[in-house]
Amino acid sequence: MNFIEARKLVHEYIRRDEEDNVEGITTALDGVSLDVRQGEFVAILGHNGSGKSTLAKHFNVLLQASGGTLWVDGKDTQDGNYLWDIRQNAGMVFQNPDNQIIASVVEEDVAFGPENIGVPADEIWRRVEKSLQSVGMLSYREHSPNKLSGGQKQRVAIAGVMAMEPKCIVLDEPTAMLDPDGRREVLKAVEMLNREKHVTVIWITHYMEEVVGADKVYVMDHGKVVMQGSPREIFSQVDTLKSYRLDVPQITLLAHELRKAGMEIPAGILTRQELVEVLCRLY
Amino acid sequence: MSIILDKVSYVYSENTAYEKQALKNINLQIQDGEFIGIIGHTGSGKSTLIQHLNGLLQASFGGIYYNGRDIYEEDYDKKELRSKVGLVFQYPEHQLFETNIFEDVCFGPRNLGLSKKETELRAFSALRSVGLPESDWYQSPFELSGGEKRRAAIAGVLAMKPEVLILDEPTAGLDPQGRDEILDQVAAMHRELHMTILLVSHSMEDVARYVDRLLVMNQGEIMLDGTPREVFAHWRELEAVGLAAPQVTYVVQELRERGIPVNPAATTLEEAKTSVLEVFQNRKGKEFSNNKNSVK
Repeated sequence: MNFIEARKLVHEYIRRDEEDNVEGITTALDGVSLDVRQGEFVAILGHNGSGKSTLAKHFNVLLQASGGTLWVDGKDTQDGNYLWDIRQNAGMVFQNPDNQIIASVVEEDVAFGPENIGVPADEIWRRVEKSLQSVGMLSYREHSPNKLSGGQKQRVAIAGVMAMEPKCIVLDEPTAMLDPDGRREVLKAVEMLNREKHVTVIWITHYMEEVVGADKVYVMDHGKVVMQGSPREIFSQVDTLKSYRLDVPQITLLAHELRKAGMEIPAGILTRQELVEVLCRLY
Repeated sequence: MSIILDKVSYVYSENTAYEKQALKNINLQIQDGEFIGIIGHTGSGKSTLIQHLNGLLQASFGGIYYNGRDIYEEDYDKKELRSKVGLVFQYPEHQLFETNIFEDVCFGPRNLGLSKKETELRAFSALRSVGLPESDWYQSPFELSGGEKRRAAIAGVLAMKPEVLILDEPTAGLDPQGRDEILDQVAAMHRELHMTILLVSHSMEDVARYVDRLLVMNQGEIMLDGTPREVFAHWRELEAVGLAAPQVTYVVQELRERGIPVNPAATTLEEAKTSVLEVFQNRKGKEFSNNKNSVK
């Protein structure tokens, strides 16, 4: 069984007036079906308001579906008995690093999660050390979080999730508030966790460059999954992506434009090296 | 008409253990009608710099002159300065507070003591300038998308009729099309309303495409100042301080290293494309169709 299996998932936000009468219904998820295998790096793209974040919040049951089914780690998310189990196994990292850090020392912040579920003290310290190490922040363990850069704070937040030893991390636009350096370091840390610790990753972003290395990409629009495939399959459809208010990496766009101008360049070029190689061959 | 910074330095938390010099001896002249980009990694002093321009922070040393007048003179009208130099903070939509968008945009001009009619006229024109459809004007901010809220917040600053508009990462958190829409709108305001624009950005691709002049901040100093082309020619130095050049610049550099004589100064997609097509055309004698309008 897949780690995450969504079948025709529906989520409706219901607005009510003061008398509790229904004023309007917004369908944020409209029949989403998707599969994520254990150990995969899955990226979700979509414009603002396309339903990405609503979907993400279902993966660790911060929200429950209005319709359809969702299994996480073989457990039905509608079944309240599994709530804590699922949350431990699918950790979440949000956009704003400042909203997620609560302690005044980095290692205490990372220890907060395991402490809360009653992990013994020795084990907590072992986990804290291991998680901080895995995101490259061990040398900051005794620092105050508020002196860290955005990228460092975000890595501390990820370490906090890792200390729960989840099978999966869901990151909802974790790089939106970071500078290019911070974006790179956070992506690198998560790619490492995926590769070396085999943690399943759901990476939600607006930066097309960040999903080039993903195993699978889902594109959402109006609460529906409208495209799915490998990064190469997705990014070779430049015009379709644009119709969903998205874009392709600048390199892919340059290759696409050269191809449109009549050069023999294959569709779906993703990296600088690929483009340079193709052009050198043609020259 | 200009803004001049003369040897401006700024120290945070002076005489405490947290003392930090955020700006070091900045000399800068901003001419009327310029479109300037400011890049630099987090903590390089970008935000501190822009907060000096409308008097939100006062320099520890040095002077600032707006249209020839010293803004630190005792009888200088700071309120007037703040309405002439509009500052749009990061995530400005967090500052929307009225029950509907139109009221929110009216808040600034009303505070200037303008009549109801003038206030509303300004609000209409500001909302139009940011390209917000009329159907959104009387909506609650909660009903709008992220990009729409951001435009509404920018309209609130525009309604003050600033001569200089400073935007601190106006596209953070927006989807790609939202990004393009906001930046196109800013470029149009620069063109049509002849505003001086300062754009703080983390996207090298965006600044390469839009601005005429680029400032690079590093450790409280202006490290580079020139056209995007001049600045990105120093891509190795930029990398050393945690920045980068636009993606296409790397492509043309690598192509040159491999012996393909493309234009090394290309910083935008359009320039790179034109140069690659030209080089291949000369070599192969084949015509390519370079449709200039197809890319942004």
